[in-house]
Amino acid sequence: MTLPLISLIPALPLAAVALHLLLGDRLGKRGTALLACGAVGAAFLLALRAVFALAARPEADRTLVEIVTTWMRAGDFSVDISFLLDPLSAVMILVVTGVGFLIHVYSIGYMAHDASFRRFFLYLNLFMFAMLTLVLADNFLLMFVGWEGVGLCSYLLIGFWYERPSAAQAGKKAFVVNRIGDFGFLLGMLTLFAFGGTLNFTRLFAVAPHVFAAGGTVITIATLLLFLGATGKSAQIPLYVWLPDAMEGPTPVSALIHAATMVTAGVYMVARCHVLFRLAPVSLEVVAVVGAATALFAATIGLAQNDIKRVLAYSTVSQLGYMFMACGVGAFSAGIFHLMTHSFFKALLFLGAGSVIHALSNEQDLRRMGALSSRLPWTHGTMLVATLAITGLPPLAGFFSKDEILSSAFASGHFGVWLVGVAGAVITAFYMFRLYILCFRGSSRLTHEAEQHLHESRPSMIAPLVVLAVLSAVGGWVGMPFQAGGHAFERWLRPVFEGGPAFAPARELSHGTEWALVAVSVTAGVIGILTALRLYLQSPQTATSLASRYASLRTLLVNKYWIDELLDAAVVRPFGAFSGWLWRFWDVVIVDGTVNAVGYALEGASAVLRLFQTGFVGTYALFLALGVAAMLLHFLRHG
Amino acid sequence: MSVRMPVLLPVDLWALGAVIALSVGLMVMLLLEWAPVRPGSPRGAILSLLTLAAAAGSVLYVRDVARSLFGGMFVHDGFTVFFTILFCAVAALAVLLSWDYARRTRIGQSEYYMLLLSATLGMILMAASNDLITIFLGLELMSLALYVLVGIRRARLESNEAALKYFLLGAFASGFLLYGIALLYGATGSTNLTRMAEFLAASPLQNNPLLIVGGLLLLTGFAFKIAAVPFHMWTPDAYEGAPTSVTAFMSAGAKAAGFAALLRVVLHALGGVHANWAPMLSAIAMLTMTVGNVTALLQINLKRMLAYSSIAHAGYLLVAVVAGGHEGASAALFYLAVYSVMNLGAFGVLTLLGRGQEERVTLSDVAGLGFRHPLLGVTLTVFMLSLGGIPPTAGFMAKVYLFGVALKAGWIPLVIVGVLNSVVSVFYYLRVTVAMYMEEPALEPVGISWAAPGVIALMVCLALTLWWGVQAHALLALALRSVQGLM
Amino acid sequence: MREYLPILLFLIVAAVFAGSTIGMSSLIVPRRRNARKDSAYECGVDPVGNARARFTIKFYLVAVVFILFDIEAVFLYPWAVTFRQLGLYGLVEMLLFIVILLVGYVYLLKKRAFEWD
Repeated sequence: MTLPLISLIPALPLAAVALHLLLGDRLGKRGTALLACGAVGAAFLLALRAVFALAARPEADRTLVEIVTTWMRAGDFSVDISFLLDPLSAVMILVVTGVGFLIHVYSIGYMAHDASFRRFFLYLNLFMFAMLTLVLADNFLLMFVGWEGVGLCSYLLIGFWYERPSAAQAGKKAFVVNRIGDFGFLLGMLTLFAFGGTLNFTRLFAVAPHVFAAGGTVITIATLLLFLGATGKSAQIPLYVWLPDAMEGPTPVSALIHAATMVTAGVYMVARCHVLFRLAPVSLEVVAVVGAATALFAATIGLAQNDIKRVLAYSTVSQLGYMFMACGVGAFSAGIFHLMTHSFFKALLFLGAGSVIHALSNEQDLRRMGALSSRLPWTHGTMLVATLAITGLPPLAGFFSKDEILSSAFASGHFGVWLVGVAGAVITAFYMFRLYILCFRGSSRLTHEAEQHLHESRPSMIAPLVVLAVLSAVGGWVGMPFQAGGHAFERWLRPVFEGGPAFAPARELSHGTEWALVAVSVTAGVIGILTALRLYLQSPQTATSLASRYASLRTLLVNKYWIDELLDAAVVRPFGAFSGWLWRFWDVVIVDGTVNAVGYALEGASAVLRLFQTGFVGTYALFLALGVAAMLLHFLRHG
Repeated sequence: MSVRMPVLLPVDLWALGAVIALSVGLMVMLLLEWAPVRPGSPRGAILSLLTLAAAAGSVLYVRDVARSLFGGMFVHDGFTVFFTILFCAVAALAVLLSWDYARRTRIGQSEYYMLLLSATLGMILMAASNDLITIFLGLELMSLALYVLVGIRRARLESNEAALKYFLLGAFASGFLLYGIALLYGATGSTNLTRMAEFLAASPLQNNPLLIVGGLLLLTGFAFKIAAVPFHMWTPDAYEGAPTSVTAFMSAGAKAAGFAALLRVVLHALGGVHANWAPMLSAIAMLTMTVGNVTALLQINLKRMLAYSSIAHAGYLLVAVVAGGHEGASAALFYLAVYSVMNLGAFGVLTLLGRGQEERVTLSDVAGLGFRHPLLGVTLTVFMLSLGGIPPTAGFMAKVYLFGVALKAGWIPLVIVGVLNSVVSVFYYLRVTVAMYMEEPALEPVGISWAAPGVIALMVCLALTLWWGVQAHALLALALRSVQGLM
Repeated sequence: MREYLPILLFLIVAAVFAGSTIGMSSLIVPRRRNARKDSAYECGVDPVGNARARFTIKFYLVAVVFILFDIEAVFLYPWAVTFRQLGLYGLVEMLLFIVILLVGYVYLLKKRAFEWD
């Protein structure tokens, strides 16, 4: 069997970008959409073919490298433009092109009335190119190119409606915060090169155990710097602040970039560098702790949000935390597994939210929604599947991956991390059902205007929702637990994660323990769902409408009302207040404040330095002479 | 008594071809004053291009030989060839950019191109000299021509002011330089760089105050030309006041020439006393990067902003000089080639802005440019990204290689300062992009003076910026080969 | 110190020559005094007064041109002295030098730098 042409996969979207630029508006909207979706669809088919070819090879030989050309070479420094297809990048390209294709199709309907239709698809295709370069790169430098490329596209797309100041501001914020992460990535990369002598993944990982002392300072610093890059791109503490603001972009962008693909780049990078991270146990601990902290922390903030997209944004931050948690406890394949299932259901949630927003004439506030289930039946049905999936109810996709993360944390002895994960699961289930109920159930709080224009989305937007709903439902079955030698997904990734230094294997759990853990995580989800049902579905407004139909239940509901108030005052209010405080104080004052302070300090310094530029030649000559004097003085004292 | 006369072989005449061609070319242009043409005729530009092509071609013809001429004052080696080609290319691109700009701002008399060629000749001499005296001659030839070019828009007060400031401070700096040469001669007994290196290698007197003071004054003279802090103060005023095409030329050419001479002196003549000057240069590099980038943050005028940016880039380049060795020198050469192209491109876009005598080069002038002129917008964006060091542009490759070399040489704090600075710099480069794509023009939108030669020059710059961003190894290998004879 | 003897002699000769010529001319010149003739250098510029006075730019042009061609003479003289030793090579070099200056001269001529008005 001939080797598949890997380089064609990123090349297709790039060619589409070139055609968009060359042909311009001559294509018309239909042509533009066809070109954009066609390129990504073809890339998906190619990716499928490549992955099948990969699967057909013996397990030990599932690494394909395609060297396109030598990028630069100087002395012993050499970097190729070359692509690496192994089981890990295979999963990534399938997710990126597959989910990406669905979102492209969805965007045709969503952006149909936008004046900058072509610009949108141009950026989307550019993003696909950068993202595929990132995941297929076989060296750090090429990965960095993709890394910066997706950052640039993210910036362009967040600020897509640049006439809105908040959108332009959010775009800038995303870019600046990401640059901090990129700086870490770059330094980490340079450190690895300085000590390892190569930037090529295969070669570097091969020499790493010999070059770096396990647990040594160098490898710890290098991996921590890489992880700093990951926290920027994947919105982890402390660099997560840009992601909620990034919701200023069009909703398909939120689904594609800020939920399904780009933000997972950090997780992918950590998984790709698992050899290095395993050499630095301290860094792995940091990854686990930061992931767990983010998972819980973002979830609590999600409780207090009323903007439907912001709830989902904090949820994304939280779920990314779970993925890092998995990597941190050494369960890299569980992290990637969750990355995949999350990309299904979170893309679906965003697209569904987009469908709701579209139907309500750009209303995003949950307080002005409600009772939409019958009016938007398709959107409602698919959203419900996604909501159940994210809460981790079996047999939906989220259950398998989240359960695997939690049991890996438990098995590796990270009980604290495990506990935080379970707590996060309760809260996740709670706020997701809160969102679901406020949006689709209860009484209608729509404005009159929105009521007038209410309509279900067109079929081209519904179709991707349905496909994603199916994936959210069954996508987790590749990870069906309790199989001898691990489940299918784990076996597929095993050649990747098996290599590298010896790693203390997690304690083998007995079946009883495993079942107990499953029970705990399912219970966690159920508790969250039930609480949400109580607080939001059975509140007074709902009660009145229910009461007219079920008069006999009325008394019961009134009694319940009293309990709800208590619960609300005792638990939800303080919790909400706390999360509100976290959001207002920690987010806005501490984190944003620090970022802004750096900016202001630089601007202040700039203003001061400008004062020296008086415009008088005399001053300039004086500085020249002073410079000489300073140098002389230095040498007279030290020379 | 008889003096032994040197013999010039045919190959030597080829090696001297660039100098001969430029000298003849600029004399012909002076004489053509007798055959006047209508104003706006492209004769000067065409003649310049032919001269530059002849100069570059002749040197390329003998690119693989190494010769030392005129008693070791003029050397023809890989280093000379690299810089001769670079200067000819920079000058040719500047001529293309000037083609229409000089005509519409009425500065395109024959002197304009003649001075451009003189400055180029000076730059080539600076790079080819192996003797402090000839370096000084080249530097003065270049500087005097540039002083006049900066002030060539006689009707514009800013232009006059810029020229006068540049001249006064330049003369001041030349004084330092010359004094430094004298002291170094006193300390080592020669002005020939090779003999100075031999003397220093044999001499136990490396802490001779004469040597130190002489070296410092010499360094000051070069630091002025490359616009290193605190000898940079002339840069923003001169760059802003000069005609944009001249700014483009001098920001690329003069800086490269300064670095060419600096590299020869510091790595060849003073190579043996590396430890003495490296910490000092490293301090200057840090200061230069930081002051340049931080001051650029608040600039509204793009020429001024790019002036501070060019100061910052001098700082990055000094990092390569500090790193030293073949790798450091090759990083500097690589960076200079990339910097010249992207900087010429950025200034080149500015030459197209505005009609007639207008000067429309502020941030608000480019507001909305990305939509009214998409290709121009994308072009300027690429140059900005490259200057900021964002892949997949040449600027990124240059920075990565440069910082990598410095890291390898153990200058870790310097690299950290450099990387932090390049993070800061993204802010003001990006601001141009933001203005182009996310703001509406406040005043009447800027008119674009389209002209084929300028567009060709921009396309060349754009193509190289992108090409070297993805295919840098040929240039890198060339840079590495070019510095083999230096040490 | 013996090698400095010729320099001493040269200094003495120079002093004597300068002194005697000035002395001689002051003895034998006819004197027709007027304000113009009594001013220093007889060049039409008042030597005493505010130094910030503005000169016409033409002075500078003439001065620069003068220096240029003066230096030509400075180079020509030592070359003429060692003409035989330098041979054909020296002749070619000096011709090149003169041609370059000649180009400048022709240019100045065209630019009417030698015309006062």
